[in-house]
Amino acid sequence: MSSIFIQILQAILMVLLAPLAAGFVATVKARLQNRRGAGVLQPWRNIRKLFTKEVVLADHASWIFRFAPYVVFTATVMAASVVPSLLLDTPLSLTADVIALVALLGLARFFLALAGMDIGTAFGGMGASREMTFSALAEPAMLMSVFVLSLSAQSTNLTTMIHHILSTPLLIQPSIAFALVAMLMIAVAETGRIPIDNPTTHLELTMIHEAMLLEYSGRHLALMEWASMVKLLLFATLIIDLFIPWGLSLEADALGIILALIFWILKLALLFIVLATLETSLAKLRMFEVPQYLGTAFVLAFLGMMIHYMLEVQL
Amino acid sequence: MNFFIATLLTPLLGGILLGLLRNPKRAAKLNILISATTFTFSILLALQVLGQESLTTLNGWFYLDAYNVFLVALTAFVGMTTTIFSKPYMQHELEIGRVNERRMRLYHSMYQLFQFGMLLGFTTNNIGVLWVSLELATLATVLLVSLYRTPASIAAAWKYFILCGMGIALALFGTVLVFFTSSVVLGHSNDALMWTQLFAHASELDPTVMSIAFCFLMVGYGTKVGLVPMHAWLPDAHGEGPTPVSAVLSGLLLNLALYALVRCKMLVDGSTNTDMAGHIMMGFGMVSLLVAAMSLHKQSDIKRMFSFSSIEHMALITFAFGIGTPLAAFAALLHMTVHSLIKSGIFFTVGHAAQVMGTQKMAEIRGLIYHHPGIGWGLLIGTAAIAGFPPFGVFMSEFLLFTATLESYPWLAAPLLLGLLIAMGGLFRFVQPMVYGETAEYAKSVHVNMTPVYIHFGLALLLGLSIPGFLSTWYHQAATLIVGGGA
Amino acid sequence: MSIAFSQQVINGLAALTLLISFALLAQHRMLSVLHWFAAQGILLAITAAVVAYSTGEHELYISAIMTFLLKGLLLPWMLWRAIRKLHVHREVEPLMNNGMTVVIAVGVTLFSFHIIAPIEVLSDLMTRNSMAIAMACVLLSMLMMITRKKAITQVIGFLAVENSLFFAAIGATNGMPLVVEIGIAFDVLIAALIFGLFFFHINNTFDSMEIDTMNASLIHKDDDE
Repeated sequence: MSSIFIQILQAILMVLLAPLAAGFVATVKARLQNRRGAGVLQPWRNIRKLFTKEVVLADHASWIFRFAPYVVFTATVMAASVVPSLLLDTPLSLTADVIALVALLGLARFFLALAGMDIGTAFGGMGASREMTFSALAEPAMLMSVFVLSLSAQSTNLTTMIHHILSTPLLIQPSIAFALVAMLMIAVAETGRIPIDNPTTHLELTMIHEAMLLEYSGRHLALMEWASMVKLLLFATLIIDLFIPWGLSLEADALGIILALIFWILKLALLFIVLATLETSLAKLRMFEVPQYLGTAFVLAFLGMMIHYMLEVQL
Repeated sequence: MNFFIATLLTPLLGGILLGLLRNPKRAAKLNILISATTFTFSILLALQVLGQESLTTLNGWFYLDAYNVFLVALTAFVGMTTTIFSKPYMQHELEIGRVNERRMRLYHSMYQLFQFGMLLGFTTNNIGVLWVSLELATLATVLLVSLYRTPASIAAAWKYFILCGMGIALALFGTVLVFFTSSVVLGHSNDALMWTQLFAHASELDPTVMSIAFCFLMVGYGTKVGLVPMHAWLPDAHGEGPTPVSAVLSGLLLNLALYALVRCKMLVDGSTNTDMAGHIMMGFGMVSLLVAAMSLHKQSDIKRMFSFSSIEHMALITFAFGIGTPLAAFAALLHMTVHSLIKSGIFFTVGHAAQVMGTQKMAEIRGLIYHHPGIGWGLLIGTAAIAGFPPFGVFMSEFLLFTATLESYPWLAAPLLLGLLIAMGGLFRFVQPMVYGETAEYAKSVHVNMTPVYIHFGLALLLGLSIPGFLSTWYHQAATLIVGGGA
Repeated sequence: MSIAFSQQVINGLAALTLLISFALLAQHRMLSVLHWFAAQGILLAITAAVVAYSTGEHELYISAIMTFLLKGLLLPWMLWRAIRKLHVHREVEPLMNNGMTVVIAVGVTLFSFHIIAPIEVLSDLMTRNSMAIAMACVLLSMLMMITRKKAITQVIGFLAVENSLFFAAIGATNGMPLVVEIGIAFDVLIAALIFGLFFFHINNTFDSMEIDTMNASLIHKDDDE
């Protein structure tokens, strides 16, 4: 099996599995709350249905508004396709740099916020301003948390970092624990889950992500929703890659890939069950507490970095 | 050796005994007796040490040399005269109901425990125990400062507690750092904290660690010395506590903190072979001198005013030790002695003045010399003495300090003189109307015992006129010891 | 336990200690401050025990037990009782300038590392890496004392400073000599007793545990300055 083929397979799997992942989280949540839930496939059904619906545009929607869903979707999928999920060394692995990843997600976010403001409704602008405020805090925290890992690997390239983690003997590294906690906190915030945002409500006082999508319909909405699902899967995979990479295939052979696929799905399932449990047990934070939450994540990541220098680097 | 144990144990046992005694009148007498016994033992001890230069006892846990044995004697002496002063003073406070009998018991007991902490700190050879005893003395004085249980006294004691707690924590961190480097040289045992051992091996200690440690020790013990900017607790604690406590805080506790600092400086000098520690001390000293001299002008409470004067004089001593020449060290030691004597004498006088007028506000204290000539003259003489007028000892030590400054750092002589003049102006600006001024009618007649005051001033005068031979040799020994360094 | 493994365990404990210091700084509910403080005490005792086990310093076992009893159980219990008696257990302390505090805290951590890093190499103890963390903890606890406005939380800050100092002693030197250690523990105990006494005086005199109310009684003096 050529690695190019696996690279493409990876990207397609990411995109196709994303709605399933979202459905899985929703179902687990429903079960935890003693509901039956709509089933794992429901997000897929929603997307399919939205694609067949007519697009309703506001009178003064500019080209940005129509253009944004494609940019957001493409950027997110691009970001997703460079994150190794099955095979470690793929043709695109050279581009799998964490900073590039953050930049791609930043591009998606930029257009999302622009689109939110484009129509000129109150909610769109509000959502955009909230999104940008929080991302200004979340992005540095995320980079800081990744840097903790790149410090010992001496690289910000995902593949190199994973190689480094796989090749070092298992140690108790407090710095990585700090980075992990920070990363989990950021991932929750970035993917718009409870306690930061709630993807299932349209409550004007609290919504962030949904506020920007309020004016979208039809295939535009489908793409936007889909992109956010891909983002969820992307973050989950990123966390798996950085903190529990064992199981990733090093060779491009069929057996390794199948094993890696099984491992990946198991780890994803585990992570999503944790996420669903957390979402069920936590209440949403009040809006003005979010900066504090993100600040905490940043401080944790920073502490991780300090601790790396203080404890793990032998002078 | 037996004198030593007796000196140390008398206040400890006395403190416990006084804690059990209910009758305040009898307790006050016993308090004097205990302090007098301590003083007698300390004199005997001093004579013994003087004969043999230095004394190490109890497996090296205690160490006495010219430097600290003179401070032990001084502490015991001021401790004794303070108890004589405190007997009528506290009796009056009891009569006007500012304290009750239970708190008198606490007062007497804590006073002796404070003395114990002081003497332990001066004599111990272990810099860890030195820290512990300083903390012990602090805790005892916290209870003493809050004795009146007024809102202001509780707030002052709290401030004192928190600030000094913080300061002293830094000093402990410094001590840990010293142990960190010394345990490499001397092994992980008690030896590595013994001052004599450290001093003997000072040149082997790592200079970087010792410099960092000194910064912590400087800020830590400096807080207790009352150096600017860590001085905020000092005026409040002096102003709100009972006057005998202000007297011993100013006259004794500050000395102990400074003693600890100088001991540490000796180690650091031996290790680094630079003037780093001295320069830091000079910097703190000079800044504190100027700030205290200026703040003095803005006071309205008489005890607070004189507490700023204490900061000023502690700053002078710190500065002098910082210069580090034998002459400066001699001046510093002399200044330490006369300041202890005069400042506690002044606080005794001020305490009586405040009782007579029923207030500590300087604006309401007037015409002391007319209705209470004893107190009036006492305040006047004390102020003249502390401001550095000849022929008192302070003049002598300040003159020596000035000379030493001119010798080593001529450009610092100007700010030094400026600070002294500002402080002197402040003192007389307030004291003159209090002493002369119009006679106030509300003056009360209070049983006043001015004997300790005159003893103190007399001694200070004596030191100014001529330093007795044995004392001068003593200072010389101590000065060479301090300046000599370990190198 | 192999040396490398115990070193890793100690590193882990050091990291947790630093985390607790930050957590103490960020808590604003009275009881959660107390819980973190108790956790710090217990963590210290564990650290002391681990270091004692892996270095064979038997004196440290005594320190560990003392720490556990005094700082893990007795002091938190005393504070808890004081909080209950004064009816302040539900009180929330507004944190002034939280963002600024965290920035300072981060700065302080960096500063400690900058100071300690060059001297760490002088030691060959396996605990030496935790020295910078210990110093950071000391300074962070002091920061807590400065930023707090209530008497009880200030005291917890004070005791946290003592805890960090103990941690520093373990990290830098595998514990001070026992005599000094006992002396310090004794002082802390006395200090805690006096603090306890003061809580009630403060509460009776000022009807509040706010430091600002207290300092107001000194203000008539301060405005002259």
